[in-house]
Amino acid sequence: MTGTPRTAASRLLQNRLFLALCLACTSVAVLALAVLLVSVLVQGAPGLRWDFFSEYASRKPERAGILAPLAGSIWVCVTCMLLSLPLGVATAVYLEEFARRSRLNRFIELNVRNLAGVPSIVYGIIGLTAFGRMFGLVGAADGTPVVLGDPESFFHLELPLGQSVLAGGLTLMLVILPIVIIASQEALRAVPRGLRQSSLALGATPWQTTWQVTLPAAAPTILTGAILAMSRAVGEAAPLLVLGIPLFIASTPESLMDPFTVLPFQIYSWASRPQAAFHDLAASGIIVLLAVLLSFNALAIYLRIRLQRSTAP
Amino acid sequence: MTVPAQSGHATPRPTTQHGGMTAPETPPASIVAGGFHAWYGGHHAIQDLSLSIPRERVTALIGPSGCGKSTFLRWINRMNDMIPGARAEGSLTLDGESLLDSGRDLVELRRRVGMVFQKPNPFPKSVYDNIAFGPRLHRHMTRSELDDLVEQSLRAAAIWSEVKDRLHQSALGLSGGQQQRLCIARAIAVGPEVLLMDEPCSALDPRSTASIEDLIRDLRSQFTIVIVTHNMQQAARVSDQTAFFFEGRLVECGPTDTIFTNPRSKQTEDYVTGRFG
Repeated sequence: MTGTPRTAASRLLQNRLFLALCLACTSVAVLALAVLLVSVLVQGAPGLRWDFFSEYASRKPERAGILAPLAGSIWVCVTCMLLSLPLGVATAVYLEEFARRSRLNRFIELNVRNLAGVPSIVYGIIGLTAFGRMFGLVGAADGTPVVLGDPESFFHLELPLGQSVLAGGLTLMLVILPIVIIASQEALRAVPRGLRQSSLALGATPWQTTWQVTLPAAAPTILTGAILAMSRAVGEAAPLLVLGIPLFIASTPESLMDPFTVLPFQIYSWASRPQAAFHDLAASGIIVLLAVLLSFNALAIYLRIRLQRSTAP
Repeated sequence: MTVPAQSGHATPRPTTQHGGMTAPETPPASIVAGGFHAWYGGHHAIQDLSLSIPRERVTALIGPSGCGKSTFLRWINRMNDMIPGARAEGSLTLDGESLLDSGRDLVELRRRVGMVFQKPNPFPKSVYDNIAFGPRLHRHMTRSELDDLVEQSLRAAAIWSEVKDRLHQSALGLSGGQQQRLCIARAIAVGPEVLLMDEPCSALDPRSTASIEDLIRDLRSQFTIVIVTHNMQQAARVSDQTAFFFEGRLVECGPTDTIFTNPRSKQTEDYVTGRFG
């Protein structure tokens, strides 16, 4: 062999330096998060009294509560999930399992990937036009909506959708649909080809194979992706801002047609006020938002473990 | 070892009139290829193949990688339909019925022709649900009928004693060899006539390989078995007939003893004695 030998000492030193660098990078992120969390907790924890959760927003900071945005966030996110999960998974199943590798399908896939990177405020504009106002095609000129069904019942529609929970859910659906599709595609792609082949070789149709073998095998991963997408939806304020949802609202939604507001919007509004008392409220609101996020994640982990328990060794 | 009578099984495999003691030396052919060609896109994978695979015997397909043996196997149950650009010409029949018709009912074909793959690939379900998967696709069965069928299939694949206490645990917890026998049981459960095996032992250790080979010898009396293998000794141990493929052509086909001890072709001799390939 030619060349001068590299000493073990110099390579060990390199190794240590690289390790130190990695550690430094990690601690920057962790420390920043820790500082943020601690400061928010210190500022906001005293405000987490029972009436903070049972009161609506108020001009007086000592009477202001978070009930409306908390309920609104949960309503709109559940709506969004119920809309985007079936649509997203179905799209992924089509693209991965059934679509031929044609130029059109490659174009669709490329576009889904691009859509995942579009700023959410753009989706807000689409949501406002398509769902909020329905291109001005439906309803009277003065803005009175067309009502389908009994307005007193849960199951009724008011078109255009305006600033309702359904409009918000649909708008957020636009934001997270690409994420759900991509995550589901990756999950389906990770299912071993052998499973599909075995199923087909046993005489299953492609549909039976997808429904009984591929999807169940991919379900835990799909769920994880879906929950990540949902976490994003909970944190979104921009598209709903464009949709024109109200900030002060003294009711919680009771149907999909009711108006709502969301946590990030409320937090932003409190934080932008001059009085310090509202800043404390904002900190409390952030804690609530984090708690909602973490409980969604916990639910996802629980569901994933339950799904995996039936399949894991 | 024999499979117990398959009670509760609505379509038992057709019993052949020449089973048992009066079996002739060479039973009638089950799968017959004549002037068979196969392509992947522009690649001519099998050229002018004529081959008869006898009923209820083990036929081994040997040859170096890329010689067309797996391709031929995958045409018998039409798994190649999944591959874009794969096409075939000529004649390929199972019990006289053409396998290549584009309108052929693949569900029915694959119920009659089971397949075991190179890598053991149990579904991420329980042992029981793995076996019950196929039968549930094809017919409505009561719980007790299904219980019986699962037991029979697992017994036939010589794995019942190892899994009978863990039927409702995940099949992924079994060892590689057990998983492969489970896959064989799963294929048997739909009541096929033919079992295709694509290098079923290549991912297994020697002990598991031995158990699979024992099983193949047990099953030969009830199924027409076609096995692709890279292991010469395995072909010699388990098969009645051996076909040697080389570069898309069938070089030689005959009784396994003859192929291994007294082949007609120099190429075959070189391959089976390990001088090339």
